[in-house]
Amino acid sequence: MSQSLFYLIAFLSIFFSLMVIFTKNPVHSVLYLIITFFTFTIHYILLNAQFLAIVNFIVYMGAIMVLFLFVLMLLNLNKDTEPAKSNLLKMAGVVAGMCLLVTLVGSVKALNVSNPVVLTNPGLGLVKNLGKVLFNEFLLPFEISSLLLLSAMVGAVLLAKKEA
Amino acid sequence: MEAQSTPVNYLPIIFQMIVALGFVVVTMVVTHLVGPKRKTSDKLIPFESGIESIGNARQPFSIKYFLVAILFVLFDVEVIFMYPWAVNFRDFGWAGVIEMFIFMGTLLLGFIYVLKKGALDWE
Amino acid sequence: MEITFVIEKFVFITVIFGLSLLVAMYSTLAERKIAAFLQDRVGPNRAGPGGMFQPLADGVKMFLKEEIIPTQSNKFLFIAGPSLAILTACIGSAVIPWGQDIQLFGKTIALQATDINVGILYIFGVVSLGVYGIMIGGWASNNKFSLMGAIRAASQNISYEIPMGLSIIALLLVTNSLSLKDIAEQQHGFQWNVFYQPLGFLIFLVCAFAETNRTPFDLPECETELVGGYHTEYSSMKLGFFLFAEYINMFVSSAVMATLYFGGYNYPGMDYMNSLLGPTFGPLLGMAVLFLKIFAFIFFFMWVRWTIPRFRYDQLMNLGWKILIPLAIANIVLTGLVTALVNGF
Repeated sequence: MSQSLFYLIAFLSIFFSLMVIFTKNPVHSVLYLIITFFTFTIHYILLNAQFLAIVNFIVYMGAIMVLFLFVLMLLNLNKDTEPAKSNLLKMAGVVAGMCLLVTLVGSVKALNVSNPVVLTNPGLGLVKNLGKVLFNEFLLPFEISSLLLLSAMVGAVLLAKKEA
Repeated sequence: MEAQSTPVNYLPIIFQMIVALGFVVVTMVVTHLVGPKRKTSDKLIPFESGIESIGNARQPFSIKYFLVAILFVLFDVEVIFMYPWAVNFRDFGWAGVIEMFIFMGTLLLGFIYVLKKGALDWE
Repeated sequence: MEITFVIEKFVFITVIFGLSLLVAMYSTLAERKIAAFLQDRVGPNRAGPGGMFQPLADGVKMFLKEEIIPTQSNKFLFIAGPSLAILTACIGSAVIPWGQDIQLFGKTIALQATDINVGILYIFGVVSLGVYGIMIGGWASNNKFSLMGAIRAASQNISYEIPMGLSIIALLLVTNSLSLKDIAEQQHGFQWNVFYQPLGFLIFLVCAFAETNRTPFDLPECETELVGGYHTEYSSMKLGFFLFAEYINMFVSSAVMATLYFGGYNYPGMDYMNSLLGPTFGPLLGMAVLFLKIFAFIFFFMWVRWTIPRFRYDQLMNLGWKILIPLAIANIVLTGLVTALVNGF
């Protein structure tokens, strides 16, 4: 039951992520990406990682994709203003894509087939338990992440206020 | 101890989504079939208060809105980080309070910087 | 998982879904009646006794109107916008506890679609999805007014989500649970959270107004500047969806506020009433109390709409970022310190 469910959701994830790439309209891509993230949320729930599921739901589906939409709407999406892509750019794209493919194949080859993931502690993903781990063992990375957010904030303001 | 919910508990949410989706699709199809169709070219141009529209609406707008969106993402992440702390508030005690106040203080610093820079001023 | 579980849940969800649609429908009539009352008019009174059938007439009218899809618009997104708006409005009610467990036909049934550990966060997530319908609909119209309305709506919604999240955190310091059922149970009798979190409730209330785009936060659709805002180009049921989504959102956020801060289905003296009425009618009375609270909130939404003028955009952004966020953070610090000092650890 749970395994076939996993395969169904996995199929949907891959299907929608392919749709993200293959649709011409960038706003459609964003919509498909939202659906892809939703399937990821279901994956997390199947793993009983509830906090991660909800973080994925709120931050990725709710916040980051809004930012993506803003960016798309800020861009001038008229057909006539779209710059013609030179052959050099296309070549660069092909080379970069090949590099990614090689890396992916390499990493897949390096993988060992392990036992299906069996959670030693199925309650680990609950908000309460995760909080206990986060504030004890991973306290330092957590506090440092606040510095990361701070620098992102400063950077965003600097970039946006440059002209003024 | 609180109830430990499992993946099965999330199933009704999917049910609700199915019900809502069914409602939306049925209503959309019915209204498409029932409504009259008398299309004229004037009816199908964008309405801009009777003045003929120049260009279209695919044009850039103020960068301010974009800045608001970026700051929203950053603060949203901050808010999310506070939930595991809030749920464990009683167990962590004073150590937790101090840890969280350091985290909040850093971000408050950023917030003050944003305000001082006038990034959120609208004129 | 048995088939009875699936059927039970489906029936329950459909009932709640129909109920929320009904409430939303009659909210439109209530809105016009209340507006009329506040402005010393009569209000709709033609369709049925006292205008009782007005919402039905409005609904049928929406179906029978012509669908207009402007030629310059993006057709798929133009349809997806209002659908997303109403879809996100409709899924929020899944985690709200409507009452205590009820004995019905010899079975114990939970009056809640599902009790998940992260109930509040689910609501928070659904609220953050609400912005897509408006944004995509407004952008797909390819109309400058719609675009402005959509961008304003999106900025407003995301700005007020942060103080909303922060005010929930202060509430969590009191309740220590993310499950809405737990939170409702903790407020048994008259121990309502609003007495411990008055400031948090105020912040949440203001944010709820902003998230549902109700006056004084209805800038996205302010007709003096933007024609109809993001739904300028919409007609027929697609317009109906946008308008209807607002009323459903109002219903759901009223239910959330009643549950989080005003005790949900709890009321003073409920133990006595429960022992009097038995396990079937006791919880039903609780549910009625919850609906009474919801209607009170909906009335408040409408009262404010016909009393207070709309904000200017800079005032709106300043209120969100410069007043509510610092206030919400101060509320967390205050709540944390007071809880720690009074209760100890």
